[in-house]
Amino acid sequence: MSHYSTLEIWLIIAVVGAGTFFMRYSFLGALGNRPMPDWLLRMLRYTPVAVLPALAAPLVVWPAATGGQTDPARLAAAAATVLVGFLSRSALAAILAGAATLSLGLYLS
Amino acid sequence: MTQTTQRPSRRAAAIDAARARALARTPMQSVIHGAVQSTPFLLVIVPFGLLFGVVATKAGFNLAEVMGFTVLVLAGASQFTAVQLMTDHAPVWLVILSSLAVNLRMAMYSASMVPWLGGASQPARAAVAYSLIDQTYVLSIEHFQNVPKLSMGQRLAYFTGTAILMCGSWIVFCFIGATAGRAIPASIPLDFTVPITFLAMIAPALRTPAHVAAATVAVVVSLALGTLPAGVGPMIAALLAMLTGAGIETLTLRRRAGA
Repeated sequence: MSHYSTLEIWLIIAVVGAGTFFMRYSFLGALGNRPMPDWLLRMLRYTPVAVLPALAAPLVVWPAATGGQTDPARLAAAAATVLVGFLSRSALAAILAGAATLSLGLYLS
Repeated sequence: MTQTTQRPSRRAAAIDAARARALARTPMQSVIHGAVQSTPFLLVIVPFGLLFGVVATKAGFNLAEVMGFTVLVLAGASQFTAVQLMTDHAPVWLVILSSLAVNLRMAMYSASMVPWLGGASQPARAAVAYSLIDQTYVLSIEHFQNVPKLSMGQRLAYFTGTAILMCGSWIVFCFIGATAGRAIPASIPLDFTVPITFLAMIAPALRTPAHVAAATVAVVVSLALGTLPAGVGPMIAALLAMLTGAGIETLTLRRRAGA
C-alpha cells in the first residue's frame, strides 16, 4: 500500500470502523426501551427478507467473477438455495444445495 | 405473525416443543444454543475470512492494518470494498464513503433489534452493536421472533453465542489468512458464497405471503436500479420491500377481521 501513507491507511480504518459502529448502534443505542410506533414495527419485521435478497440479487444476476455476464450455473445455484431453504426450513441444507448446484453447473459448463 | 391453529400438525407440535425448550434454557445453555445454530455459517465465514487475510496481505497491507480492518470494522463486504478501492488507488474520501455505504443496512438491523434488545443495559447494547453482522443479526432476530417470550437474559445470551462463533471465527480466520495464507485455488468460486449465504439465511424465513412479496419486491427493484452507484439501489429496494411486507400484512389482518 505504498500509494497511501500509514496515516491515511489508519484514517480510513478508523473512520470506516467508527462509522460502521455508529450505524449499528444508532437506533439500538438512541431509542433504548422507548416504544416505537406500530407501523414502524410492522415494517421492521420484514428487514431480513427485504435487505438480504436486495443485496444478493445483483450479485446473482451480474456476478463479478464473470465480469458481470449472467451465468446459468450461478442462477441455478441461487434458485436451488432458495427452493431448498424454503422447503426444508434449514439454512445449512440451503447452503449445501446451492454449493452442490454451483459445483455441478460449473463442472458441466 | 400467522399461526395455523386449525389442525395441530406434526410441524406445529415440533415448533411448540422447540419453543418450550428455548424458554427453559439457562443463559449458558442459550449461549451454546446460539453458537450451535451458527455453525452452518462457518462454511462461509471461514473461507471468506481466509480470503480477506490473503487478499489484503497481497495488496500490501501489513498484519496490523489487516487486523485493524478486521477488528475495528468487522464487516466483510465493507472490508473487501475498501481494499479493492485502495488497490485501485481511489481517493481517501471515496474509499471511506463507499465502504460505509455498503454498511447502511446495519442501521436497519439496529432499528429492528430495538423491540427485542432495547431494554438491555447501555454496555450490553453497545456490545451487541459492535457484533451486529449479517449472520448474528438474522440468526438472533429469527430466534427472537420464533420465541417471543424469551427473557432479556436469554436473548442476550443467544446473541452472545452467535457473536462468539461468527465474529470470533471471522477475526481468527482473517488472521490465519494474513499470516499463513497461500493463494486460494482460483477454481473455488468464493465470490458466490456471499449471495448464497444471504439467500440461505432468508429462504427459511419466507413464512407468509407478506414475506414472499417483500422478498420479491426487493429482488425486482434492486435489479431495476442496478445502474445506480454501489449500495444505493439495494437500500431503496429494501425500503420498498419493507413497505410491501407491512402493507400486505395490514391488508391480511384487515380482511381477517372483516370476514
